[in-house]
Amino acid sequence: MKILVCIKQVPGTTQVEIDETTGTLKRDGVPAKMNPFDLYALETALRIKKETGAEVTALTMGPPQCEKVVREAFMMGVDRGVILSDRAFGGADVLMTSFTLAEGVRKTGPYDLIICGKQTTDGDTAQVGAEMAEWLGIPHVVNVKSIDRLEADAISLTVDLPDYEMAERIPYPCLMTVEKGIFEPRLPSYRLKCATADREITWLALGDLGDKDPKHYGLNGSPTQVKRIFPPESHVEHVMLEGDDREKAAKLADLLEERKFLQ
Amino acid sequence: MSYIKVHQDKIADREAAKALCPFGAIAENAEGVLEIGAGCRMCRLCIRKGGGAFEFVDDSAPGVDKSKWRGVAVVTELLPDGDLHPVGLELLGKARELAAKIDHPVMAVVIGSGTDAVVDKVLAYGADEVHVYDDPALAHFRIEPYANALSDFIEAVHPSSVLVGGTVNGRSLAPRVAARFRTGLTADCTVLDMSPTTDLDQIRPAYGGNIMAHINTPRHRPQFATVRYKIFAMPKKGAPHGKVVRHALSADRLASLVEVLEARRKPVEKGIEEAEALVVCGRGVKKPEDVEMLRELAALLGGEVASTRAVVEAGWMDAKRQIGLSGRTVKPKLIVTCGVSGAIQFVAGMNNSETIVAINTDPKASIFKVAHVGVVGDLYTVVPELIARIKAKKEAK
Repeated sequence: MKILVCIKQVPGTTQVEIDETTGTLKRDGVPAKMNPFDLYALETALRIKKETGAEVTALTMGPPQCEKVVREAFMMGVDRGVILSDRAFGGADVLMTSFTLAEGVRKTGPYDLIICGKQTTDGDTAQVGAEMAEWLGIPHVVNVKSIDRLEADAISLTVDLPDYEMAERIPYPCLMTVEKGIFEPRLPSYRLKCATADREITWLALGDLGDKDPKHYGLNGSPTQVKRIFPPESHVEHVMLEGDDREKAAKLADLLEERKFLQ
Repeated sequence: MSYIKVHQDKIADREAAKALCPFGAIAENAEGVLEIGAGCRMCRLCIRKGGGAFEFVDDSAPGVDKSKWRGVAVVTELLPDGDLHPVGLELLGKARELAAKIDHPVMAVVIGSGTDAVVDKVLAYGADEVHVYDDPALAHFRIEPYANALSDFIEAVHPSSVLVGGTVNGRSLAPRVAARFRTGLTADCTVLDMSPTTDLDQIRPAYGGNIMAHINTPRHRPQFATVRYKIFAMPKKGAPHGKVVRHALSADRLASLVEVLEARRKPVEKGIEEAEALVVCGRGVKKPEDVEMLRELAALLGGEVASTRAVVEAGWMDAKRQIGLSGRTVKPKLIVTCGVSGAIQFVAGMNNSETIVAINTDPKASIFKVAHVGVVGDLYTVVPELIARIKAKKEAK
């Protein structure tokens, strides 16, 4: 069995701010890290590996420094690493990101099971997994909260909805996105760090993929365009209650009564 | 092809030019020439701030004929009990507003089994056309037949915009079908507007809500957007006027490899999204026992307690009560935050609340930027006093 886990390097913090006067982003020099939701996807794959002996590959796309997250995946127990990196892939929206990842899958696969985290912390779209499954023509499920049964040709799992849990069975090949909390992610191991320090990673650029037309990647192929980015607005009208803490509490009680919140 | 052209001659300060890019995508190549690298997210800040050194070049082929794509469609969702998810009605209200600006019809797409009551409901909420896919094979959400139904609707009707509720299933269906049509999808929009060109103006938060992005799909149709529950207001019910169009799918398009073994209803519990008042426990609350005090305040206000992520991670409260980007989005009439600093990820999940009251010891806490009523003070004094005062007022009545 072959499992692929999609991972991404994201900024170390989402606390980026826009300078209101210049309109530029303020960076704070926090180093990039593995998208925290991907740790659950990796852990899920490694649990299945333990039961079935599956081979686990981590796939990422990004600038060359994203090698770091693949190395980190090795330290958790991942067997193979694939990096899609090319200037032509830059500026990709959801459609182009999913297409490029799918091309990477076609080049290095096939895989029985593809596991993605629920979402990333930078883009927050939670939609790349489903689009990838469409490009690959395989079924997908999202929000998987538990793996219930592994068979030779299918996986049984539970999908988490707000008011329901759906127990489902899907044959391979398929793609799933997992909820955080499906398993507690393991920490990177020092022993594996030493053992995998020289492990080779497969680097794929545009010329290595099946579709070599640069118009089909990155910014050029992206149907959505960012017109502008700007800081979120904050409310300007507000009252600050005055007095000591007890007086403030009394004023707040009066205010809540006036505004009919005590009925 | 479209790309950012770097005019090397217009760059006076190379380091300043590199620093323009928040994603570090402007770098020197081996020949010392500044280039846009793979980290580019097309935020265009370098174009706006680069003093002409960076130019957006777009000589790509013209896109689709937009006049052939008409209608603002809303994909409604049936819950496993057969009722309609209310986000669909909120989107119908927004779709009416958007469609009126370009004189397009409002369409609702209903996919499921036993959909008659839902069809009546969407008609009452103002859909001009209801497109129905009703089949026992569609009883449960399974990706292939649902994606086939929505694709069939798009092929048959050619809607200009497709709005989908940002529910678990909506966020599974919309991207699948958007990819099938090789078109754009903007997730979790918080503002939608319609331009005269029929391009949907989509605004969404990114980076945990620290940045807002205005996104268009200028050359492709349909343009997909997902919107979470409780972002838009519930419209008023009216007299039904729309027509119902029934569609059928062939057996092979109804087939799915996914087998639903069981749908288990979770224990009924009033969610924080439905509460009219919320009292939020933040990191300023020192012990799990102290949550009880907030529960008492919530009960007096006829509401529920909720929390920030830190409190959920500490195990003091169930994840279902977490507000924020990685939790729930809430829009109650009243929200009282106690000891909440107001991280933007939290604020993004509650800043549409009608009245925001913040209690925090730190006058510089960012929660005060969004609060309508601010109380700089110790919640361990303010909350018990507030409870006593409210009780006194209630008894006086």
